[in-house]
Amino acid sequence: MVRLTREPIDHAALTEAVRRAGCGAVVTFLGTVRDLTGDEVTVALDYEAYPPMAEAKMAEIEVDVRARWPVGDVALVHRLGRLEVGDISVAVAVSCPHRGQAFEACRHAIDRLKELVPIWKRENWADGRTEWVHPTRTEQPS
Amino acid sequence: MTMDEITVRLFARFRDLAGAESVAVAVPSGSTVAELRRRLALHWPASAELLTASAVAVNADYASDDRVVGPADEVALIPPVSGG
Repeated sequence: MVRLTREPIDHAALTEAVRRAGCGAVVTFLGTVRDLTGDEVTVALDYEAYPPMAEAKMAEIEVDVRARWPVGDVALVHRLGRLEVGDISVAVAVSCPHRGQAFEACRHAIDRLKELVPIWKRENWADGRTEWVHPTRTEQPS
Repeated sequence: MTMDEITVRLFARFRDLAGAESVAVAVPSGSTVAELRRRLALHWPASAELLTASAVAVNADYASDDRVVGPADEVALIPPVSGG
């Protein structure tokens, strides 16, 4: 399941939704809005997407993850709009028979999402400046 | 030479640079993504630097520079993404 939403992400419900009797491991990754980037203070982030392409790319990631690992179920949800510090911007939940598979599949899904999916964030800094984030290759800590 | 007008959807910093949701670019019919990029950079110099770091999407998928584009295609500029 993949989804873009403007509502808060219910990560507990998402985790519950991927649980399967044949899966002894569930891994959920949450991306949350951080207060500091270097020395700069973030008050809020604005997320926007190119929705049809973002959903298509997220669906491709789901297919890829299912092809590589014995996935019971997988869910990728990204929130759009204004998010405050601490809010959940993205959630990836994966169930697999064993934990190694679930960790790897979840890591792969969030890494690919950050590389491929046309979603952008705009920083709203504490001093009132705003700035779209368009990372260069060297600026992408994993 | 027959020209096509391609509407290019804009997001994030591109939209701020243009002050618009899209820009229209005239290209010779049968032009590729590479030609579209060349004309965009020429007629909209403010976009040139970000354009070199950006992808072009055709019909909601990443397109290579040799992809031919026409007026019926949905074309978008995809600056480096920052979701997550």
